[in-house]
Amino acid sequence: MSRVAEDVARPVPTRADAEPGRRPPAFVMVPAAIGLAFLVLPALGLMVRAPWRTLPHELTSTVVLDALRLSLVCATSATVCCLLLGVPLAWLLARSDIRGRSVLRAFVLVPLVLPPVVGGVALLTALGRRGIVGKWLDQAFGVTLPFTTAGVVVAETFVALPFLVIVVEGALRSAERRYDDAAATLGASRWYTFRRVTLPLVAPGIAAGAVLAWSRALGEFGATITFAGNFPGRTQTMPLAVYIALQTDPDAAIVLSLVLLGVSVLALAGLRERWISGTR
Amino acid sequence: MTSIGRSDVGSASPDGDTTGSSTMTGTVTEPATVVGRPSGVDAAMHVRRASFELDLRLSVAAGETVALLGPNGAGKTTALRAMAGLVRLEQGHLLLDGVVLEDCAVGVRLPPERRAVGVVFQDYLLFPHLSARENVAFPLRARGMDKATARRRADEWLSRVGLADRVSARPRELSGGQAQRVALARALVSEPALLLLDEPLAALDAGTRIEIRSHLRRHLSDFAGAAVLVTHDALDAMVLADRLVVLEGGRVVQVGAPADVARHPRTDYVARLVGLNLFRGRAEQRSVSLVGGGSLTVAQAVDGDVFVAFSPAAVALHPQRPTGSPRNAWQERVTSLEQHGDSVRVVLDGPLRLLADVTAVAVAELGLTVGAPVWAAVKATETRVYPA
Repeated sequence: MSRVAEDVARPVPTRADAEPGRRPPAFVMVPAAIGLAFLVLPALGLMVRAPWRTLPHELTSTVVLDALRLSLVCATSATVCCLLLGVPLAWLLARSDIRGRSVLRAFVLVPLVLPPVVGGVALLTALGRRGIVGKWLDQAFGVTLPFTTAGVVVAETFVALPFLVIVVEGALRSAERRYDDAAATLGASRWYTFRRVTLPLVAPGIAAGAVLAWSRALGEFGATITFAGNFPGRTQTMPLAVYIALQTDPDAAIVLSLVLLGVSVLALAGLRERWISGTR
Repeated sequence: MTSIGRSDVGSASPDGDTTGSSTMTGTVTEPATVVGRPSGVDAAMHVRRASFELDLRLSVAAGETVALLGPNGAGKTTALRAMAGLVRLEQGHLLLDGVVLEDCAVGVRLPPERRAVGVVFQDYLLFPHLSARENVAFPLRARGMDKATARRRADEWLSRVGLADRVSARPRELSGGQAQRVALARALVSEPALLLLDEPLAALDAGTRIEIRSHLRRHLSDFAGAAVLVTHDALDAMVLADRLVVLEGGRVVQVGAPADVARHPRTDYVARLVGLNLFRGRAEQRSVSLVGGGSLTVAQAVDGDVFVAFSPAAVALHPQRPTGSPRNAWQERVTSLEQHGDSVRVVLDGPLRLLADVTAVAVAELGLTVGAPVWAAVKATETRVYPA
């Protein structure tokens, strides 16, 4: 919306023109401060309790490095899958007038509300060796997904896809659809329009969706452990390693958590506020 | 001879015999009678919308500009979008230079991207992520032209519209008038057979509007294809179009040359909208010598070829030669009287052919009847002058 308004109405009003607001009232400030503390304290706890002395040694252990590498590879692969499947899905939800669109959207959002463990069980019944599609995959191509690295990617894609679809759909909705009309009258095929007009216009939204999906995939636990298991070096991602370490070596768990925290903060730094809002 | 409206102006100007091209296609209410290779638009469009039903028969010859004029919600933009292929016809057909773009009877429909049509949208819809050059090159690139040639052609067109120095500007860095010219270049670069303009001047401020209007007029007279202009502004329509088609509630209520429509409005809407005294002439400071004789004193000092416009309400009628301030006074004769709402439109002939809107009381007091003599006066401050 804001994109269009800005392009039509020049000059663009800037934020600096807005009058500075009054000081926020106490009934806002107090809960907000508690809320902020609630969000920051656990991260602080991790920092305080971290075994800083043995940290370099712990960080370079095979378990940590393997898990970190696997996590990054799988989360990135899952994000690529999400982009390939999610952008067209978002386009369908935002731009087409197919029937039952609200039902379709509800289905897309299911993994968002489903407990991830349930998602894992559901994936097993669909793509497991004896699942409704998995059986056929196994017989026809000899492909088995459960308890493999590919399975991790499948599980992560399953839980991360809705995040990408929601964000990209929002971006497509707020992007001016008439640019597509304009492109068509200029002789552009639908594919050319999609590539040269639609995608560039919603690129910030797609980037935001990708970062959210990547973060969600990185932290994925329930569906992964259910569908792909917990094999070090193959399916044991960082969250799984944290969980296992917590039962045997709490210090190692803190170190692993600290690494995940660092990676997430880096991702957040890349995700500017303008991306979250889906505008420039 | 005096001149009111664009068609008189057109025949007096070097840029074309406009009446010749409109007789070739026949009138809007009859099918085009074309001998030899058909050129231009032949359309019978029927589209149902929530608030109205568009039912429009339209022919536009190559080289001709037709203005679709009407109030908001009259179906003008729907008609335009239907010609571009963005709205589906429910009945009827659409031919462009003899090519069937759409024919409901045989189920043929070309999508927008396969029609030789260029569109200038009301808010231009320049792609915000592309530079002016890339915007203009877009239709060429989309049709598969190589990058270097497309860019060269885009640059040529940008200098034709006077924007050679703005090729790398993004749309948001352009002024309204510049954006309009980029949009025009983008619509014309692929040499369409039909140019569609949706309220092309509506988004501009008054000052820019005058400049862009005469700029657009030059490009329209250079344009070889058919052009259809949608507007609710009478002045734009009269200056830019050879023929007016007035739409109300999705239906044609009047068709004709701008001067004819202005002189003989058929509905109150048309009377209010199109009623405009428009002259062309050569200005020297505050005095304009009109094409066809006579002169007008204007408030604005300008030089060169100009249009002078003033509303019928600005024309005051007097029984004797008026004394005092108005220097524009002519002895005229009443040729017709028509009641429109609260006012009466008086059509006058004499040194200038004029329209005057007066109250019914004034008609009685002046004893106005057809053939009666009367003095008409216009204050210089009531006139609008702009370059032709």
